[in-house]
Amino acid sequence: MHLPLLPSERLRRGNFAPPDGPLALVEKQRGRMVLVAVDALALADGVAPGLTLADARARLPDLAVMPHDPAADAQLLEWLAEGCDRYTPMVMAVPPAGLVLDITGCSHIYRGEAGLADDLHRRLVRLGLTAQLALADTPDAALALAVHDMAEVGDLPVTALAVDESVHLALRRAGLLTIARLSRQHRPALAARFGEALVMLLARLTGEIDVHIVPRRPPAAIEAERRFATPLAQSEAALAVIEALAVRAGLDMAALDLGGRRFDVALFRSDGHVARLSVETAAPVRDPKLLIRLLRERIGALADPLDPGFGYDLIRLSVPVTAPMLAQQLQLSGGSLADSEIGALVDRLGARLGRGRVRRLVAADSHIPEQAAFDLPVADAAGIAWPAVQPGEPPLRPIKLFDPPQPIQVIAEVPDGPPRRFRWRRRLHEVRAHEGPERIAAEWWRRADGAGLTRDYYRVEDGEGRRFWLFRHGLYGSEKLQPGWYLHGLFA
Amino acid sequence: MSRALALQALLASPVAPPLMTPGLPAPRVEFGLAGLDERLGGGLATAAVHEIIAAADGDDAAAAGFALLLALRCARPGPLVWLREDRGRGDGRPYGLGLAELGFDPARLLLVNAPDTLAVLRAGADAVACGAVGVVIIEPHGKAAALDLTATRRLALASARSGVLTLLLRGAGPVAPSAAQSRWQVAAAASVAMAGAPGRPAFAIRLLRHRGGVTGFDLQLEWDRDRRAFGSPLSGGAPAVAAERTAAARQLRAA
Repeated sequence: MHLPLLPSERLRRGNFAPPDGPLALVEKQRGRMVLVAVDALALADGVAPGLTLADARARLPDLAVMPHDPAADAQLLEWLAEGCDRYTPMVMAVPPAGLVLDITGCSHIYRGEAGLADDLHRRLVRLGLTAQLALADTPDAALALAVHDMAEVGDLPVTALAVDESVHLALRRAGLLTIARLSRQHRPALAARFGEALVMLLARLTGEIDVHIVPRRPPAAIEAERRFATPLAQSEAALAVIEALAVRAGLDMAALDLGGRRFDVALFRSDGHVARLSVETAAPVRDPKLLIRLLRERIGALADPLDPGFGYDLIRLSVPVTAPMLAQQLQLSGGSLADSEIGALVDRLGARLGRGRVRRLVAADSHIPEQAAFDLPVADAAGIAWPAVQPGEPPLRPIKLFDPPQPIQVIAEVPDGPPRRFRWRRRLHEVRAHEGPERIAAEWWRRADGAGLTRDYYRVEDGEGRRFWLFRHGLYGSEKLQPGWYLHGLFA
Repeated sequence: MSRALALQALLASPVAPPLMTPGLPAPRVEFGLAGLDERLGGGLATAAVHEIIAAADGDDAAAAGFALLLALRCARPGPLVWLREDRGRGDGRPYGLGLAELGFDPARLLLVNAPDTLAVLRAGADAVACGAVGVVIIEPHGKAAALDLTATRRLALASARSGVLTLLLRGAGPVAPSAAQSRWQVAAAASVAMAGAPGRPAFAIRLLRHRGGVTGFDLQLEWDRDRRAFGSPLSGGAPAVAAERTAAARQLRAA
């Protein structure tokens, strides 16, 4: 599919340009204004891209001129590619103005490939876009046919091959003007004379090498979708449809003993817009009731609520991430029921707040206090076992840890005496009791430079009974001239 | 959900009776200290909301520790859900090794960070309503004006229905009226030194209010990890509760 007038029609669609009269988009090239895109009216009057603005003005005094904006064009193309997801998951945008759809096995709903092309063309016309569609066996051929608006690969001019200008000149001098004539030549001779690239491109164009397009998103293993002749204009109705799709996807997954870890819902609006929702779960899920509850949470958390506009005409549910899940069994102990209730709570909070906000504490094998225990999102949480505590001892680690540690001012004996008095958050604390130092060396074996300062930790209690965890960063004299002091945690 | 909507939802939902077997007494959280539990009538009601307020700015860790220990004393199985606000990150993060040293299993903790007070309350209401949860600690940051009588009443109803022990953990400052079953003011207290080193966690607690119970007593508590119970410090408490705190407490009681 090729959209020859995309830039000018983008402006018309957005009401940025006058609705009638010729229009051109210009760009500054080597100090002069050159037309890079024009609309149909200008083209009919002989004003084509490549002309300077002065020349164009001379031919068409009432030419409207707008600046060229390739980023906005690319955005519109991307938006169209998103909308083409309705036909096939294999969609590739080819800037500046091409789209390639792999519709192998996707056209039965439209009574054949021609029917699908008709439907696509009708939708593009409704959007105010001029499109040239072509069907061919390879992506390269389809795109080249669309650009040149032809039906047979053999009729294409050799300029359809994206090779250097010098090669085109050489081809012209040799009298090889069409693909049909070029492909009749002996290939090794062509490669020797015009380069390997030409032969490669020729093979791709004629279908001797079949290349697959790179889809914008990989197709999902489990999918369910429903189309509507009359667009659905109510969000509630759309949710009911999603629930029905979830039931269908759930049956598919149950047959394969799978459960979904991630669910994507795509709502295709009849005007080409696509809204996408996605939820992730902690454990594999295939219960449609649960899924619909998660989706409702997700919709509730959206900054801009779902806008059905003129209605959705296609709703698709896909499950891109799956995990093995065996059929549910009733357990007498009730333990698994409680687990699934907690899992549902975690999923609900994760769907509403974001999955990184529901966390779990994990331990890790490290001497550095802040690396020995930290919190991770529930889905990723897997640490080592927590170390056992020694009976009879008071707590040796704080319940709250500052990360990064907070710098404090400390009065302590040099070189390595305990702290006597310290100032934290503008308050002075007298140390009444202390224990330490507990010396923790830097993990030099993990550091590239092998460096790092030793920390001397002290457990201290101030005159009001508050307990703190302080450390001196660096050994006095040998590691650092003036070691800094930090507050690392608070005890209960 | 706006407050009006939340209230509407609350009024619309039928208030089910608390989930307990008739004839059996309601479950309670015991401190493990005979005199104190008697005075509380057998301990704190589990299916209720209790407020824990830091006595002064530096007592946040003591208040958090006290809340954790109450959660530890609670016999309910299931995870402890601790909901915090993003703004509270500057006050340090819960440290697993330290919780383990109190006798708490860090793997039981589910930490939820919410962007603001309303989100904390909403997530908290969900957690309290889930009967499989053991204990919920809700820690809003700062004044938390959204945590008013309506919001606490909502939590109290949900807690009575599900049986989940709900603890509101709040910083020092004036507190709005609430529907909590009890309100505790917690300060750090001098520990009994062990060979010159700081000893076991010690708290100076004050019961500011208790629905249908005795109020207004001060107490020094010590946490014995090996017994998993509160105890009374032997030295009988140094004068840790300063006069300024008493004045602050009087204000609180008036609130």
